Amino acid sequence: MTVLRSSLDTRSTEYRENVEAMQRHLAALDALLAKAIVGGGEKYVERHHKRGKLLARERIELLVDPDSPFLELSPIAGAETEYSIGAGVVTGIGVVESVECMIVASDPTARGGAVNPIGLAKGLRALEIAKQNRLPVVYLVESAGGDLPRQIDVFLPGGRTFRDLTRLSAARIPTISLVFGSSTAGGAYLPGMSDFTVFVEGRAKVFLGGPPLVKMATGEESTDEELGGAEMHATTSGLADFMATDEIDAIRIGRMLVARLNWKKLGPGPSRSVTEPMHDADELLGVVSADLKVPFEIKEVISRIVDGSDFDEFKPLYGTSLVTGWARIHGYDIGILANHKGILFSEESQKAAHFIQLANHTDTPLLFIQNVTGFMVGASYEQGGIVKHGSMMINAVSNSTVPHLTLQVGGSYGAGNYAMAGRPYDPRLLFVWPTAKTCIMGAEQLAGTLSIVARAAAKRSGTEFDEEADVQRRTMIKMKIEQEEKAVYLSGRVLDDGIIDPRDTRTALGIALSVVHSAEVAGTDRFGVFRM
Amino acid sequence: MAVFSKILIANRSEIARRIIRTCSEMGIATVAVFSEYDTDALFVHDADEAVALLPGSSYLDGSSIIEAALRTGAAAIHPGYGFLSENAEFASAVEAAGLTFIGPAPETIGAMGSKLESRELMQTAGVPVLAVAELPDGLDAVEAAAVLGYPLLVKASRGGGGKGMRIVAEPDDLAGAIESAAREAESAFGDGTVYLERFVSNPRHIEVQIVGDGEGHVVHLYERECSIQRRFQKVIEETPSPDLDTELRRRLWDAAVKAGEAVSYRGAGTVEFIVDPSGDFAFLEMNTRIQVEHPVTEMTTGIDLVRMQIEIAAGVPLMAQADVPARVGHAIEARLNAESPADGYLPSTGVVHRFTVPDGVRVDTGIADGSVVTHHYDAMIAKIISHAPSREEAAAVLARALRGSRIHGVDTNRDLLVAILSDDEFLAGAVDTHFLERKGEEFAASPMSEAALRSSAAAAALGIQAENRRKADVLASIPSGWRNLASQHQTTTLLHGIDPITVSYRLVRGSVEVDVDGVSLPIDIAYLIEPEVIELGIDGVRRTFEVNFVGDGVYVDSPLGSTHFTVAPRFAVSGLATQEGSMTAKTPGVVVAVSTQLGDAVEPGDTVMVIEAMKMEQAIVSVTGGRVSAVHFAVGDQVAQGEILVEIESEEDDG
Repeated sequence: MTVLRSSLDTRSTEYRENVEAMQRHLAALDALLAKAIVGGGEKYVERHHKRGKLLARERIELLVDPDSPFLELSPIAGAETEYSIGAGVVTGIGVVESVECMIVASDPTARGGAVNPIGLAKGLRALEIAKQNRLPVVYLVESAGGDLPRQIDVFLPGGRTFRDLTRLSAARIPTISLVFGSSTAGGAYLPGMSDFTVFVEGRAKVFLGGPPLVKMATGEESTDEELGGAEMHATTSGLADFMATDEIDAIRIGRMLVARLNWKKLGPGPSRSVTEPMHDADELLGVVSADLKVPFEIKEVISRIVDGSDFDEFKPLYGTSLVTGWARIHGYDIGILANHKGILFSEESQKAAHFIQLANHTDTPLLFIQNVTGFMVGASYEQGGIVKHGSMMINAVSNSTVPHLTLQVGGSYGAGNYAMAGRPYDPRLLFVWPTAKTCIMGAEQLAGTLSIVARAAAKRSGTEFDEEADVQRRTMIKMKIEQEEKAVYLSGRVLDDGIIDPRDTRTALGIALSVVHSAEVAGTDRFGVFRM
Repeated sequence: MAVFSKILIANRSEIARRIIRTCSEMGIATVAVFSEYDTDALFVHDADEAVALLPGSSYLDGSSIIEAALRTGAAAIHPGYGFLSENAEFASAVEAAGLTFIGPAPETIGAMGSKLESRELMQTAGVPVLAVAELPDGLDAVEAAAVLGYPLLVKASRGGGGKGMRIVAEPDDLAGAIESAAREAESAFGDGTVYLERFVSNPRHIEVQIVGDGEGHVVHLYERECSIQRRFQKVIEETPSPDLDTELRRRLWDAAVKAGEAVSYRGAGTVEFIVDPSGDFAFLEMNTRIQVEHPVTEMTTGIDLVRMQIEIAAGVPLMAQADVPARVGHAIEARLNAESPADGYLPSTGVVHRFTVPDGVRVDTGIADGSVVTHHYDAMIAKIISHAPSREEAAAVLARALRGSRIHGVDTNRDLLVAILSDDEFLAGAVDTHFLERKGEEFAASPMSEAALRSSAAAAALGIQAENRRKADVLASIPSGWRNLASQHQTTTLLHGIDPITVSYRLVRGSVEVDVDGVSLPIDIAYLIEPEVIELGIDGVRRTFEVNFVGDGVYVDSPLGSTHFTVAPRFAVSGLATQEGSMTAKTPGVVVAVSTQLGDAVEPGDTVMVIEAMKMEQAIVSVTGGRVSAVHFAVGDQVAQGEILVEIESEEDDG
């Protein structure tokens, strides 16, 4: 047991500036979250309420246990795209009758809940999380179907939704659809592929083809109710297992179904007593430098998120720009790999590969805290085997089977992103602080690199190098990259599971750790060949 | 000296426990008898031995009780109050069985038990009495009443405790009052004889405790003021009587002693007087038993009246008047009843989930946490008695104790008692038997302000929230109601009576936002220590709210007062709605009269049925007009709370 001390000077100018910078980012995030709440806009929210219907989040709030936490995933998906914030669907992990469930709710205020490419990605990501972590899925359906003008981006990729749903069922992960409104054409397969279905009387509408299409196809005259009403499906077709009298009743039945799943988590539970960190989580606002180039003490982060600020470091004197060690978060044992000074050298890579194997031997989940500029470059490092050693680390991360959680507190650049369990390496959940940046390399370096390459090409071909144009191009490239590396830009494209307020880090990780223990937690001995 | 080796107590609840306590102190073994409704009552556990009584008559079943005494080897029977305590036949039978009856001679009981006979006796002895009119068979009541004048009282000859008593303001009401008083008297005392009595307006009810040795020696232990009554039942009793001149006080004592001497009284008894505003007084009746309110006398004199009763029954010589200790200080007793004063004193029954009274007062009670209050017996669940140097202080101490009491599960008259004890008129000693009628409305006003109710509701919701988190099977250590995107507050709907109160709240990073029915509470600090202890600083004042959860009930006690909520279910279960026009039983009880038949036309306000619960009659009154479409019960049927009794179809429905 080693209780970390803090040397954070909360009265320093630097700290104050860091806090101010973070608060600016948080204000921007809050503005986006506020937009997410109104989904398709105030007008549509009002219209929806007037019809006596509940909003997606109102349905979720009724579905989850009172006072239980709810972790919404990718809440600002759609940001900096042409789609509305939230992308027409709300996904998240909530507790229903003491069971952690993946909840996917269409937002009917956003273009009638039509599925757009971003919303589709969000929905598929939710199913992936459900599958990896063995979470029962509850769909709250009211969707106009595929966003037809966008059919090229949703038709083929969207088909996976139904495949994934039935595969979840095949993996004995229960799926429940509560149908509040339209779920037609392809959407009909949402309830069709679910283990349990509940249709709201007079509201649910589930058919392959509506009256106009049927008329076109066969000349038959028919009504919505005949083709896909709740009563018809509950009494005649059998597609509805339950008919609910209204939305609230549907949610009541949904809760009853979850309560009757006889659900047992496969991983161990948390330790009985949980100690809060010794240091104030609010101070996390001032830990990360406003300018990411200025290094910061990563243990100031660790000491504010782990139980009792208790962190036992492994190999503290070796490869010191990567901190490794053991701690607990909300009662769950965890191994932590955290970038300290941003750069990964050979020693750090070897230490990481070693530590990841240890965690696999003890079935201990891993948390990667990223603030990484990449692997070190330069002749002596290349000659020292940096590629070999970096590969060892990436090999270990790739083949490790204990759950990985990733937290991005600063930069995440280059192969460092891969080695530190970035998105391509499938962490179970990936959370990002508002100030974080993700890119193949820094904007300036990228622009500079392109300029050097262009200059060399000009020289080879003997053409004159246009310095003025180069400056302009460099500036433009830099601006583009600075836009694209921002957390909001990536989050808007569902390339993470959500930007979180640094003060909520411990909570989000605590939920994530509980979630990963829904499935079995087991390490492996089987790694790729380590190039020694 | 153990005067008796074993005593059987022919009573129940608090008085049984009270008698057992003195017996234990005197080294006397005790035997309890109990009815089928009291199998798990505290007094049964307190007694050394207990004998079950046959269902039905139970505490009135004299022969079974005597048999129980013989079987257990008890030497004496203490009758307590009520039941057989003033039954001369029982007293005779006890003595005939070779046992000692702890009380006066059977003849005395017989004489005093008849109000009319005792009145005559007292008149002869020179004790002032009131004008009455008897109602022998065939005599025209209206005529007899005219002689006395209105308003007048209809009284049961063998009555007591207000049972079988009706006040009649005009001739039209006379017949109904006589009929219902007779029925109640028949049920309560087995004798339906009633008579009429002159009604004294704004009288005081003052009684004098006497003790006699049965051989003509009688002492008094001062008076008790019992003017604070509701429906002829005493609510607050005290000694000394406030605002009474020494001369009148002395005359009352002397009259009481004279009354006792007239019948050569044996044991402890009480002579009740009615005192009019001019200071004239008249003999009302003599209670030949221990009184409910005896503790105030004990507190101020230091005398154990039950011990005295036992000793006299055993032949221990009685002290001289000169040896009676002087009264010290002032004692006030409050009768805590399970009833709803705001709802016509409707009896409240059920499980008492919690019953605690702060230290510093005497508590005579038959109940504890988990006890069940049934409709079979009296509504009184406890007597709380304060004793202090002055009357003001005694009232303040008692009010504070009542406020600090935790009474969960049944409605009580607690707030009414506190209101009386805090009332200026009461504190000035301006009491008479109509005090509560005059002040009733003022006292009935909700004792809790809207703001206090909102704060209590907030505490209840926050308590429920903490309880939800404590019970959580997963994510239990994660902050309550945590959201990374907060679209709405957590919401709890509480029912206060039938009024819904919606509390919405959000806990975020140590601070608490709470809205109650849309009104934001200015909470500056919140310590949600545990679900049962919620400390809230509201608008600069910090208070601890104790929250107790019982099923879907939530009880909140704080310096702002005590209140109770029911948590409204999140998801309504349909199909249980009662139809308009159907009348349901507000309490469990027995149907004593059915005043309508199928097809009868009823007007709003018509009585359709009468139910008796806890020896109180309740008229079931139609709120709508129409035709009776169903009568679900007949006389003698037992009804459960909430059962539909009578259904009325409104006339418009047909057309």
